[in-house]
Amino acid sequence: MDKRVVITGLGVVAPNGVDLTSFAEAIRNGTSGIRHDPQLEQLQFSCQIAGKPDLEASHIAKYLSPLELRNFNSTGILYGIIAGIDAWTDAGLSLEQNEDPDWDSGTIFGAGTSGIDKFRESIYKLDELQIKKLGSTVVVQTMVSGVSAYLGGKLGLGNQVSTNSSACITGTESILMAYERIKTGQATKMLAGSTSDSGPYIWSGFDAMKVCTYKHNNVPEQGSRPMSATAAGFVPGSGAGALVLESLESATKRGAKIYAEILGGAINSGGQRGSGTMTAPNSIAVQRCIKSAMANAKVTAAEIDCINGHLTATAKDSLEIENWTAALERKGSDFPYINSLKSTIGHCLSAAGSIECVAAVLELREGFIFPNINCEDLNPEITRLISRDKIPQTMIRADLKILAKASFGFGDVNACILLKKYDHE
Amino acid sequence: MNKEVLTEKLKAIISTYAQDPAALENMTESTDFITDLKINSANLVDVVLDLEEAFDIVIDNQSMERMLTVGTALEIIEIKLSEK
Repeated sequence: MDKRVVITGLGVVAPNGVDLTSFAEAIRNGTSGIRHDPQLEQLQFSCQIAGKPDLEASHIAKYLSPLELRNFNSTGILYGIIAGIDAWTDAGLSLEQNEDPDWDSGTIFGAGTSGIDKFRESIYKLDELQIKKLGSTVVVQTMVSGVSAYLGGKLGLGNQVSTNSSACITGTESILMAYERIKTGQATKMLAGSTSDSGPYIWSGFDAMKVCTYKHNNVPEQGSRPMSATAAGFVPGSGAGALVLESLESATKRGAKIYAEILGGAINSGGQRGSGTMTAPNSIAVQRCIKSAMANAKVTAAEIDCINGHLTATAKDSLEIENWTAALERKGSDFPYINSLKSTIGHCLSAAGSIECVAAVLELREGFIFPNINCEDLNPEITRLISRDKIPQTMIRADLKILAKASFGFGDVNACILLKKYDHE
Repeated sequence: MNKEVLTEKLKAIISTYAQDPAALENMTESTDFITDLKINSANLVDVVLDLEEAFDIVIDNQSMERMLTVGTALEIIEIKLSEK
């Protein structure tokens, strides 16, 4: 029989909060983590603002030993380790050095790239004919599974230890993959999450594609404007989100706190057919993904209280809303509440789905809807579809039962997950 | 450079990588980097890099392969220093 799967631990390293408590406070207050980035200005980026987690050396030292920090130059792995360990300890699990690994616990921790700064550093050395000077630290920091490999060792995981990668759906996909593993009885606990490197070498390609805003370099906190009429492209972000998934049976047995239950979800692709391309979504696939997720979770559209959208602050925001209205067959004042965390943290790329899911789980657990900022001038194409009051601009207290979270990504890929408040039956 | 100074310099370098502080404290020429000091085998190349930098020498692949104990490391450093 399928196992029920619950979330028992959360960890996050985000531009507006590098631990769960400060992140929760920031999202409730709509505090922006977007700052002007002098390095981007110096490198002549069009978009010179970004969301970067602000980590102090003393904080980092709690997670990595001096030896591990020697020649360490991978922000993505760093964020992933901190978020992952925080989620593990938040779930009440230990970091003891046991002789045997925990055979029933694993991780699916996604990434888009790994250690891009380390990679750059190595390429320069190599071209200067100094291959020997690369030392032993390049491979583990630049292999895309570096983050899951580090976490596997830190936590002593003996089940599947892997990294998934699927552009901007990576984080949501990691949770669904980990969920499936527990549901089918192949693991008892899985650390799910994803991370994304910081800095110009990861963001430059997007800047060159002209998908980031260049209009807000002097007003960074106003730059990320999902659903706004003046949305001008996304603001690049970075960080990591992590969730401990566990069978309900195991969580109950050990008396763990339960944040929420995962009811199910779906992952699909538009195959870059129809309206779909490498970078544009096939709307039929998006709607199908949302509908399949509801069917998989045995949830009806009417039961959904809140949507945590992908909503990056590009011209595609209204298309996303249109797809939601079509998939749910709900519009106007009948539409659920909807919000986008990207207004305060930017688009954290491969980390987006997991950080946004951490926010969604906090909303369910604590009974609130975080505010959307920078959309005081809502896009009229959106307000034609849904009521203005469904897009909260200040925090709302609400006893949410069911929340839908979706992520969409390059390659025409989609993921949708349905989360339910856990009532401690 | 006399052997005592050389040993102290070596000890300082490997202290970064040694996971067994007691073995490091009591190290002798027969102390093995991996089995006694519990240095992760992948880190041996980093030890070599640090030695090259500290002593301004170049340690070739063949010498590196042999360099598994405190004694062989000292011997190789001495040879490389004398060739300078």
